[in-house]
Amino acid sequence: MINIALPKGRLGEKAYGIFEEAGFECPSIREESRKLIFENAEVGVRYFWVKPSDVVVYVERGAADIGIAGKDIILEYKPDIYELLDLGMGKCRMAVAAKKDFCDRRDRTLRVATKFPNIARDYYNKQSREIDIIKLNGSIELAPILELSDVIVDIVETGKTLYENDLEPKQDIVDISARLVANKVSHKFKNAEINDICKKLEKVLAQKNK
Amino acid sequence: MSFASQVLREDERAIYELRSLYSKYGYSHYRVSKFEEYDLYAKNRSFLVSENLLTFTDTNGKLMALKPDVTLSIIKNVVANESSSYKLYYDEHVYRTTVGGDGFREIRQTGLESIGSIDVFAESEVLMLAMKSLESISKEFLLDISHMRFLEGFLENIGVGAENMGEFLSLIGSKNLSGLRALCGTLGIDKDKCESLCVLTAMYLPIDKALYEIKKFVKGEKMQSAFSELEQIYDTMSCYGSTDRLYVDFSIVNDMNYYDGIIFKGFINRIPDSILSGGRYDRLMEKFGKRVGAIGFAVYLDKLERFAADENSFDVDVMLVYDEDVAPRDIIAAARELGKDGSVRVLSAPDESLRCRKLVRLGKDGILTLETND
Repeated sequence: MINIALPKGRLGEKAYGIFEEAGFECPSIREESRKLIFENAEVGVRYFWVKPSDVVVYVERGAADIGIAGKDIILEYKPDIYELLDLGMGKCRMAVAAKKDFCDRRDRTLRVATKFPNIARDYYNKQSREIDIIKLNGSIELAPILELSDVIVDIVETGKTLYENDLEPKQDIVDISARLVANKVSHKFKNAEINDICKKLEKVLAQKNK
Repeated sequence: MSFASQVLREDERAIYELRSLYSKYGYSHYRVSKFEEYDLYAKNRSFLVSENLLTFTDTNGKLMALKPDVTLSIIKNVVANESSSYKLYYDEHVYRTTVGGDGFREIRQTGLESIGSIDVFAESEVLMLAMKSLESISKEFLLDISHMRFLEGFLENIGVGAENMGEFLSLIGSKNLSGLRALCGTLGIDKDKCESLCVLTAMYLPIDKALYEIKKFVKGEKMQSAFSELEQIYDTMSCYGSTDRLYVDFSIVNDMNYYDGIIFKGFINRIPDSILSGGRYDRLMEKFGKRVGAIGFAVYLDKLERFAADENSFDVDVMLVYDEDVAPRDIIAAARELGKDGSVRVLSAPDESLRCRKLVRLGKDGILTLETND
């Protein structure tokens, strides 16, 4: 039995679709219910929905053998796990954004509002830049508008929210997409099963991208 | 050790089994003090599993640290010359932080070191002991082996410079093929070479099959010597009769500043992290100015705590409750009789919170069983 952690929300549902097409379906998951765990003993899979940022926790600690996690979450939490496959979905980028007329001055500490303090710190460390990180949990775009911060480090998909609020992306940090991750020990003891899933998912993805 | 299995926790039992295993193969017990001068670690910070140290100032003003690691203390003290040879094991508490965890933890760690002129036999003996260590914990174990020089040689062959080595190792460590392809792309590394690297990275095979698979990648003196070392290890391990749980996995990586030969990690099914870790650390010895070979491993026993099956779901076997008018002599006799089958807690009134296999009341007329929970 392979335990699979899926991120709640659109990305998770899309990812489940790939699993389904690859032959690891679990019909009960599509039904409306308050159940937390969905199992299909025949094909040997058990799914559960968790908060997107918790997927890597479940996987790292072995509660889930594999899972679907965004690259942003992997970069932020740096879990000790295998990153087996780039699903190429949920594509977006991590970027620095600021007000359109923002003028970056290197002679002062940069105030950075973000949900991803580690990614922001790494990025500015590489530039030997002193920054003041303001950790927020949502509505990051508000921070520069209200002068809470100079810039934000956040996920940008189309940039629509930014432009509507008189902001714009300034620099790209890294490209983000959904990844298939695996617990390192599960990958050893359930090697054949996980490899099988991995190969079949790859096949479905390759067909989609044709 | 008939008493041990009843009283000892899984991790405690393992410690005594490991100690008796190591001494059986002629390794001697080596004790080190709890404290060590801070300088020792300051110079070799990245060798440590966690870089945080619990420090304090000694009475003479010296900065000391509670030991986060035992290996450094041992190699500091060994005398290295051509005739020296050490086979040691230790069983100590170490103090370190865990990744993402807050604060320091005391961890019981057992391990062994073999220092001196290390040949294939000495390496295989350590590997065999690593396997036996794992086996004594659970039959469902795996020992994964990698070779730093093999990997280093391969990466050099495909044109990876020293400045990018770390980035490649970390991608290999997480079996991140898409990341490797992207990095090869930006560095302009040939596609075929990159795909070979991906094959090596993704591979997870028993050692005999793995050797067959990787043979075609061997090129150059560095890889050749590493490859034949792996072959000889396989032959020697076959003589010990223990190769079926020995796997090759190049995602087992470690700091090249310290490790330059074989490295390995041990896993137990249902424990979601490696529980044994070791390797050949000649380069670390060199940093101490000691030109001898060294190989060793550590077993992290703290991870065993939660592993034991919950068979012991009772606090005591028998709860013996005596009436007021029973003479102490009779209580003692009854407890002794009941104690033949297990543990007995004697109480004057029943303790509702206690989980017992059997609740027994001792009255003037003798013993009366009130409850059995089996």
